[in-house]
Amino acid sequence: MSNEATLHSQQEVMHGAHDHHDHEHHHEDSFISKYVFSMDHKMIAKQFLITGIVWAIIGAFFSVLFRLQLGFPDATFPWLESILGHWAKGGRITAEAYYALVTMHGTILVFFVLTAGLSGTFSNLLIPLQVGARDMASPFMNCLSYWFFFLASLVMMASLFVQTGPASGGWTMYPPLSALGDASIGSKIGVDLWLTSMALFVVSQLLGGLNYISTLLNMRTKGMAMTKMPLTIWSFFFTAVLGVLSFPVLLSGFILLLMDRHAGTSFYLSDIFIAGKALANEGGSAILYQHLFWFLGHPEVYIIILPAMGMVSEVLAVSSRKPIFGYLAMIGSLFAICILAFLVWAHHMFVTGLNPFLGAFFVLLTLLIAVPSAIKVFNWITTIWKGNINFTPASLFSIGFVSTFISGGLTGIWLGNSSIDIHLHDTMFVIAHFHIVMGVSAFFGMFAGIYHWFPKMYGRFMNQTIGYIHFWVTMIGAYLIFWPMHYEGMAGMPRRYYDVSGWASFKQFGGLNEFITIVVILVFAVQLLFVFNFFYSIFKGRKLTTQNPWNATTLEWTTPIHAGHGNWPGEIPEVYRWAYDYSKDGRDFIPQTEPIGPNESAH
Amino acid sequence: MDTMTLEQRKKIHPHKYSLWIAMGSITMMFIGFTSAYIVKRSQANWLAFELPHIFWISTAVILTSSLTIHLALKQFRERNMQRYKQLITLTAFLGVAFAACQWIGFSQLKSVGLPLNGPVSASFIYVIVGVHMLHVLGGVVALLIMFGRAYRTRVRTYSAVPIEVAATYWHFVDVLWIYLLIFLSIAR
Repeated sequence: MSNEATLHSQQEVMHGAHDHHDHEHHHEDSFISKYVFSMDHKMIAKQFLITGIVWAIIGAFFSVLFRLQLGFPDATFPWLESILGHWAKGGRITAEAYYALVTMHGTILVFFVLTAGLSGTFSNLLIPLQVGARDMASPFMNCLSYWFFFLASLVMMASLFVQTGPASGGWTMYPPLSALGDASIGSKIGVDLWLTSMALFVVSQLLGGLNYISTLLNMRTKGMAMTKMPLTIWSFFFTAVLGVLSFPVLLSGFILLLMDRHAGTSFYLSDIFIAGKALANEGGSAILYQHLFWFLGHPEVYIIILPAMGMVSEVLAVSSRKPIFGYLAMIGSLFAICILAFLVWAHHMFVTGLNPFLGAFFVLLTLLIAVPSAIKVFNWITTIWKGNINFTPASLFSIGFVSTFISGGLTGIWLGNSSIDIHLHDTMFVIAHFHIVMGVSAFFGMFAGIYHWFPKMYGRFMNQTIGYIHFWVTMIGAYLIFWPMHYEGMAGMPRRYYDVSGWASFKQFGGLNEFITIVVILVFAVQLLFVFNFFYSIFKGRKLTTQNPWNATTLEWTTPIHAGHGNWPGEIPEVYRWAYDYSKDGRDFIPQTEPIGPNESAH
Repeated sequence: MDTMTLEQRKKIHPHKYSLWIAMGSITMMFIGFTSAYIVKRSQANWLAFELPHIFWISTAVILTSSLTIHLALKQFRERNMQRYKQLITLTAFLGVAFAACQWIGFSQLKSVGLPLNGPVSASFIYVIVGVHMLHVLGGVVALLIMFGRAYRTRVRTYSAVPIEVAATYWHFVDVLWIYLLIFLSIAR
């Protein structure tokens, strides 16, 4: 696939190569080539971002719906029936609809928002701009990457509207439930559409990842040594490496699952009875799927969090007017996380009957991740320590990221222990852990990135006041939602259950669950406020008057406010120094393009 | 093109670079399959059987095609366009022949009572060999495009990059097949 694409793009790669005069002739792009099938990395970034925002609204709205069920299991909401039809008969979400909503919430947020929407947006926007390239290595493949994502989105969206509903076996799509159409209503065509959509999604990610890696390794401007790159670029690099190496394995797992569903093979199926009837499948192993899935699934959480880490590092340095603390340690810890990401997948499988001896190694490797994570946290805190911090919405979200990353990360140490995991596995404790450390943190990184680079994308600022409201409500709300879930989980309250009010030991959490649901609705409303701010500011935001609004050192701020395709009107600037010369030699900041003075020492 | 080369600092052509990463990615996919195979083999009810003999013929076919595409690249560099066209046609033909051999192998498996939905050890052969076959056919499609380009009269291409990329990919699927054949023969 990607091979043909490479061959095709032979001509297109040179699109940005015309010299200046030529370029202006070519600039009368049609609406289609400028906004739809654009090959400009900046436009593709915006496409990824806006598609991601649409998905985020849908995915978050689903969580509001199933939280209504969890918070008010006995209440009825007649308006639910008018939007969900027979899936909410009498105003109460049915069990099938509940499972479908939970599954889709996970799939949408993990893949469509926090993978495509996050690294798709910012890798595309920042890699060429910050390393000094005219565009991606292959703009055509880049365009293709977005349209494969769009196609995947369409298929996933379509699955919401089929008669038997979307896939509903959990976002991990474990067989045998997902492999047998007769097993449940949510395992029928919904799963086929889910698998098709995810296969398209994997293709999109691979096309994107190939491009990111070959651009940033190969097309850096003069002087931009690897050790002079901003940490954003390093994090996008490791993200792309993780994606390119782990998504194909997921695809292998999906192909086998698809064969089990339709070709009668028994990769994952053995000794199964449906409605008292034995199936012919023999010799398969459902655990095999879990191995293949989590071999992607674990790197996937780093695919989500690494871009956020990179952007937070950049925003914290810029907004505290201080060089990043421990630049090389930051790169080293990214690298360590990248390696360890491939060696810990079985910690998702401690209770599947995994050999306890093997489990011990996975515990050790899992706990080792605490080391690079702690190095990063330490470095972020020392970066802002005694800094002259500008509390912009971007920097607040970055600081919020560090907070949630710590509090969510600490519970990871609990869950990484195979013995404690026996008690906590599949409880609300796990929900609390990964939502704080991966969901909320990654969203905070994404918000920081959006607020910080919005001026570069649209030439305008986002409204700060709404930004502050957005931050504080989200920050406090996120803790109010997920903190109590730890207690529920420790008491054994299972995740994924439709209604836990039947158990005396979980009934005590009735009030707490209502409280969580009310906060969820509030926080969701504030995210809509953010979306309003985003779209309003595109057209009506305060206009940018200088190229470099945040006084940052990196290359993207040396381009014109509205940069055309090709980014720099003249020559690509040369780079002489690292990206973090803030408050050096009595100067507030020194851009990367300024040569090192005669009396100055390079970093 | 020249402007770009001067302006943009790059060490290897970006397409070749992307290809190497893509090959790493494809390798990971097959590592996924073969490790699933190993995990499954160590469990109960694993049925071992002989691979179809035609797989050895297909191996000879794909090895020959690697040779022809290598020669095609050489002819292109010497601007021997007639020989070049003949050789890539031959390569594409051998690619299709390879896929046909694999297909015959499938029907041989089926005829000895090892259908796709039979024992899981056989299902693995179908899936692994089948996905590899699709990658070879992808290469054939790429060659057809190159073939079309070679016959264009208005625009002439002098850049050897596309054929180099195609040749590297072709050698890659060849090596991948050798690996799979050895793997499937040893780990039965």
